[in-house]
Amino acid sequence: MPESTLMGEHRQEQLHPELLHHFADPEQQRNSASLGMWVFLGTEIMFFGGMFCAYLIYRHWYFGDFGAASKSIDATLGATNTAVLICSSLTVVLAVWAAQTARRALLISMLVVTMLFGLAFLGIKGKEYYDKFEEHHVPGASFSFNNVPIPSHPGEYANPRHAQIFFSLYFMMTGIHALHMIIGLGIFSCLLYMACKGHFTPEYHTPVEIGGLYWHFVDIIWIYLFPLLYLIDRHP
Amino acid sequence: MGMPTVVPQQRFERETYLNKEYGIWSWLLTTDHKRIALLYLISITFFFFIGGFFALLIRLELLTPAGDLVQADTYNKLFTQHGMVMVFFFLIPSIPATLGNFLVPMMVGAKDLAFPRINLLSWYLYIIGGIIMLHCMLTGGVDTGWTFYVPFSSNFTNTKFVEAGIAIFIAGFSSILTGLNFVVTIHRMRAPGMTWSRLPLFIWAHYATSIIQLLGTPVVAITIVLVACERALHLGIFDPKLGGDPVLFQHLFWFYSHPAVYIMILPAMGVVTEIIPCFSRKRIFGYQFVALSSIAIAVFGFLVWAHHMFVAGISVYSALVFSFLSYAVALPSAIKVFNWTATLYKGSIRYDAPMLYAFGFLGLFTIGGLSGLFLAALGINVHVTDTYFVVAHFHYIMVGGAVMGYLGGMHFWWPKISGKLYPEGWARLAALIVFIGFNLTFFPQFVLGYLGMPRRYYDYSHMPEFQVLNVLSTAGATVLGVGYLLPMVYFLWSMRYGKPASDNPWNAAGLEWKTASPPPTFNFDEEPVVTWEAYNYDELDAPPQAQEVTVA
Amino acid sequence: MLNDFPLWPQQASTLAHRVDALYIFLLIITGMMALLVCTLVIYFAARFRKRAGVRAEQIEGSNALEITWSVIPFCIFMVIFAWGAVVYFSQRTPPADATEVYVVAKQWMWKVEHAEGQREINELHVPVGRDVKLIMTSQDVIHSFYIPAFRVKQDVLPGRYTVEWFRATKPGTYHLFCAEYCGTQHSGMVGNIVVLEPAQYEAWINAGPNGPLSDSGEKVFAELGCSTCHRSDVQGRGPNLQGVFGNPVELEDGRTVTADENYLRESILDPGAKRVKGFKPIMPTFQGLLTEEQVNELVAYIKSISSKPAGVKTTASAASQTQAQRNGSQVQ
Repeated sequence: MPESTLMGEHRQEQLHPELLHHFADPEQQRNSASLGMWVFLGTEIMFFGGMFCAYLIYRHWYFGDFGAASKSIDATLGATNTAVLICSSLTVVLAVWAAQTARRALLISMLVVTMLFGLAFLGIKGKEYYDKFEEHHVPGASFSFNNVPIPSHPGEYANPRHAQIFFSLYFMMTGIHALHMIIGLGIFSCLLYMACKGHFTPEYHTPVEIGGLYWHFVDIIWIYLFPLLYLIDRHP
Repeated sequence: MGMPTVVPQQRFERETYLNKEYGIWSWLLTTDHKRIALLYLISITFFFFIGGFFALLIRLELLTPAGDLVQADTYNKLFTQHGMVMVFFFLIPSIPATLGNFLVPMMVGAKDLAFPRINLLSWYLYIIGGIIMLHCMLTGGVDTGWTFYVPFSSNFTNTKFVEAGIAIFIAGFSSILTGLNFVVTIHRMRAPGMTWSRLPLFIWAHYATSIIQLLGTPVVAITIVLVACERALHLGIFDPKLGGDPVLFQHLFWFYSHPAVYIMILPAMGVVTEIIPCFSRKRIFGYQFVALSSIAIAVFGFLVWAHHMFVAGISVYSALVFSFLSYAVALPSAIKVFNWTATLYKGSIRYDAPMLYAFGFLGLFTIGGLSGLFLAALGINVHVTDTYFVVAHFHYIMVGGAVMGYLGGMHFWWPKISGKLYPEGWARLAALIVFIGFNLTFFPQFVLGYLGMPRRYYDYSHMPEFQVLNVLSTAGATVLGVGYLLPMVYFLWSMRYGKPASDNPWNAAGLEWKTASPPPTFNFDEEPVVTWEAYNYDELDAPPQAQEVTVA
Repeated sequence: MLNDFPLWPQQASTLAHRVDALYIFLLIITGMMALLVCTLVIYFAARFRKRAGVRAEQIEGSNALEITWSVIPFCIFMVIFAWGAVVYFSQRTPPADATEVYVVAKQWMWKVEHAEGQREINELHVPVGRDVKLIMTSQDVIHSFYIPAFRVKQDVLPGRYTVEWFRATKPGTYHLFCAEYCGTQHSGMVGNIVVLEPAQYEAWINAGPNGPLSDSGEKVFAELGCSTCHRSDVQGRGPNLQGVFGNPVELEDGRTVTADENYLRESILDPGAKRVKGFKPIMPTFQGLLTEEQVNELVAYIKSISSKPAGVKTTASAASQTQAQRNGSQVQ
C-alpha cells in the first residue's frame, strides 16, 4: 500500500473516530446509514401492507360485522395510546435536536421519556388485550360474539364468524405493531447507553437520527391502525 | 490468446483476503464481503446438493407408474422440501449472495458493502433459517408443497408447516438485508467517475434484483406469519369456515413468489451480460436497453402475479389484465436475448467454459421464456397449468437459466475468487453434460404436461402411458446430476492443484479485474478512479503498435 | 403403439380443437423465434470466432434495431393474447341451457350428483354432444377438476361454487385428475369421464334408484321448515323463492346482485350477508348443519322452482315480485 494513502487514512481516522474503514468520509457514511434506514422502512411498509390489504378486502365484504366488532374495542384506550405515541414522536424529535446541538443532558432525558411513553403504550395495549381475553373475543375455540348488534343497521346482529376474522386481523396488526414497539425500545436502550457514554457529537449522531426514523415509522403505522381498528362505524 | 495467460511469478508474499488471517473465527466473524461470499458459497452448495438429492429421489419414484419406491407421504415431503430448499435456500441467495456479494463492491470500486456487519448478520440469519429447515426435515418434514396453499397448510396437514414457515421467514430476512446492502452500496459507494451509465450491467441486474427482494420478500414474510398463526393460534384470516378467502392467500403468496423468479433470473442475466462481451471482445450491444430492461422486469414483475391463478377462481376480467401484463413483462426479456445475440455479431469469439455456459443459458432461457408465452395465453393456461408443462417451464428458467448463469459466473470469476485456474477441458465437458442432461430431463416434461400429467403426482398407475417420457426424464436427471457434481470436484481440486491465475486471465473489462487475484482485503491498493466506459474492449485489445489496417 | 406412448392428448370436446389450434400456432411462432435466435447464435459463434490478427468490431447499438425487435414481438404477443383470451372466454362461460351436474370434492374423492338424481364417485357419465355444466365445491381443501382430453380445468374451492363446462364430442373413457395438490392421496384422486351416446346415456341416467336432485332438495326444504317462511303461494316472512334464480335481487344495503348458485349458497349458509330488501334478519344460519350435498340439493330445488315460468316472463315477474316484497314488508 503506498505510503501517502496510508497517511491519509490515518489522518481521517484521527479526525473522525466513528468513521468506518470502508467509507471515504463521514458524509458518505451518514448518507449510507440514512438511505439504508429509508429503504428498510420501505420493506416495512410492504410487510404491513399485506395485512392492510387483507383488512380492506374483508372490511368491504363484511362491512357491518367489522363495524360491530370494532365497536367492542375500547376506543378511549386507543385514543390515549394515540396521544401517547404522538407525544413520543415529539420527544424523539427533541432528542435528535439535542444530539445535533450537543445538549447531552437533554438528549438523555428525551430518550428516557420516549421509552417511558413506549412502555406506557405497551401497558395500555396489554390492558386492552386483557379486556378482549375476558370478553372471549380472542379467536379460537372459546371465541364468542353472539347477539352483538350492527351499529348502522338496527335489528341486525353481527356474524360471529366474520367478527372472528376482524379480531384475527386486530390481534395480528396490533400484535406485530407492538412487536415493532418492543424492538424500538431495544434500539432506544442502545441509544441511551451510547448517549450516556458520550458517543454522540454534533458531527456524529447518525444512530439517533435513524433510530428516530424507525420510531416515527412505528408511530405512523399506528396512526393508520387506530382509525381502521377502533373508529369505524362509531356514531355519537 | 487461446488459453488464459498464466503468470509464473512467485506471489506467496502478497497479502490477500484469503491469507490475511487464519482460523475459524477469522471466517465466522469476518465482515469482509469476499469472505462472507465464500461462507455463502459453501452453505448454498450444501443446500443445493440436499435439494438435488430430493430431486433424484423424486425422479426415481417416477421411473415406474406405481408408487413403489417411497410412501405417498414421503413423496409429498420430498417435492415440498425439494422446492423449499431449492427456492429459498439455494436459488434466491445463489448468485446475489455469492457472486453478488463478492463482486458488487469491487465492480463499483468500493472497499466493502455499505453495511459489512449487516452482511454478516444476513449470513447468520440464512444459517439459522437453514438449521431450522434441516431440523424440520430431519424430524418429520413438511408436505404442503413449497406454495403451501391454505386451507391445506393452515388446517389440514399434520406435518411441521410452522417450523418450515419460521425457517423461510428467517431466510427471507437474510435476503432482504442482502438487497438493502446492495441498494445502498450501489447508490452511495461508487468510486469517483463510476457514473450510472458506466456501471457494469451485472450491477444493474443486481440493483433490479435488490428492489424485488426489498419490496417482495416482506409480503411473503407476513403471509407466512398469517398462515402460521392461523395454524398455531387458531386465528382465522384465510379460513373458509369463517368466511375467509383462500384465494386471498394465493394473491399475497404470488405477489412475492412471482417476482421471486426474477430474483433468481435477473442476476443470471447480469452474469451472462458480463461473459458475452468479454469472450466476444466487444462492448455490449445496446447498453441502455439491457440496463433499463432489468429495471423494467423488476417493475412489471410486480404486476403479473395472478397469472398463476387463472383457474383458481379469479374473475375473467382480472385474468385478462394479468395475461396482458404477462406479455408486457416478456418483452424486456426478449430485448435482452436479442441484444446478447447482436453482441456476438462481428466479435472475436472464444469458446472458454464461461462462454459455453453463457451459450447454454441463451438456449435454455430462450426455450423457457418462449414456453412462458404458452402459459400466459389464457386458453392454453387452463389446460397446462398445474401440469408438468409448468414444471418444465420453470425449471428451464430457474435451473436452465439461473443455474447455468450461476455456473458460468463461477467459472468466469473463479480465478479472481480463488487465485487459481480451473481445468479448462473438464469445465467444457461439464458444460456440455449439464446442457445435454438438462434438456433430456426437462424437455419430455413439456410433452407430458400437454398430455395432461398433473404435477405432484406420486403414483401414475392410472395412466401408465406416461411412463416412457418419465423414464427419459429420469435418465436425463442422472446425467444432469453428474454434470453438477463435476464442477464441484474440479473447483475443489483447483484450489490446491490449480495453476495460479493472473490478475486478469480473461483480459476482461471491469474494476474487479484491475486488482490482484485473489484481491486484498480492501479490494484495491489504491482507490480507483474510473475514466472509461463499461466494456471498453476496444481499448483493452488495442495493440501497442497501431494496426488500423485490420480494423478498416 | 401410440396408445402406449402418446405424444398428443386425445381431443374429445368442442374446446379441445380450439385450444390445440392456438397451441399449434404458438408452437410454430415460438419454434420460429427459437430457431432464429439459435441459428444466429450458432452462425455468429462460428463465423466470428477468434482469428489471429482479426479484431472485434465495436458496435454501440442501434435504436432502430431495438425498436424493431421490441415492436414486432409485441405485435405477435398481442395476437397470442387476444386469441388466448377468446378461447378462455368460451372456457369460462357456460351456455345457459347446459345439463347441470353437482360435484363435491373431498380428500381424496370426487362425489358427483346429477340433476336427475344419479350419484357416482370418481366417475362422471355425460352424453356426447350436449353441454354439461359442473357446479363444484369442496368439503375441505382446494382441489382442481381437470379433464385433459377436454382441455378444461377449474379449481374447486371450499366455501363457494366454481363452475366448469364442456361439450364432449367423442364417446369413450377419459382421465379425470385432481390438479391442485390436496394432501397424501392427491395422486389417487383420479377417475374416469365416461362419454356415452345419447341413447345409452338416457338409459344410464334413468336407471338410478334416486329421484331428481330437486326432489331431494324439496324434501330437505320441508324437513328444515324452510317453507314456513319461504312460502310459495304468498309472501311470507322470507322472500318467495319462485323465480328468484338467475334474476337480479335488490338488497337491504341498496346493492343489486344476481341470484346465481353462489348467491343461493351464501344465503343459506350466511343469510345476513346479502339480505333481500324489505325482509328482517330473522333467518338462522345453516352453516355446519347441512352437508355440501344437502346444500346442493337445496340449490337444485330452488333453481327448479325458478325455471318453471317461461324465459321471457321471468324478468318481469321477478321485478313485480320485488315490488310485491317491498309492499308486503311495509304492511308487516
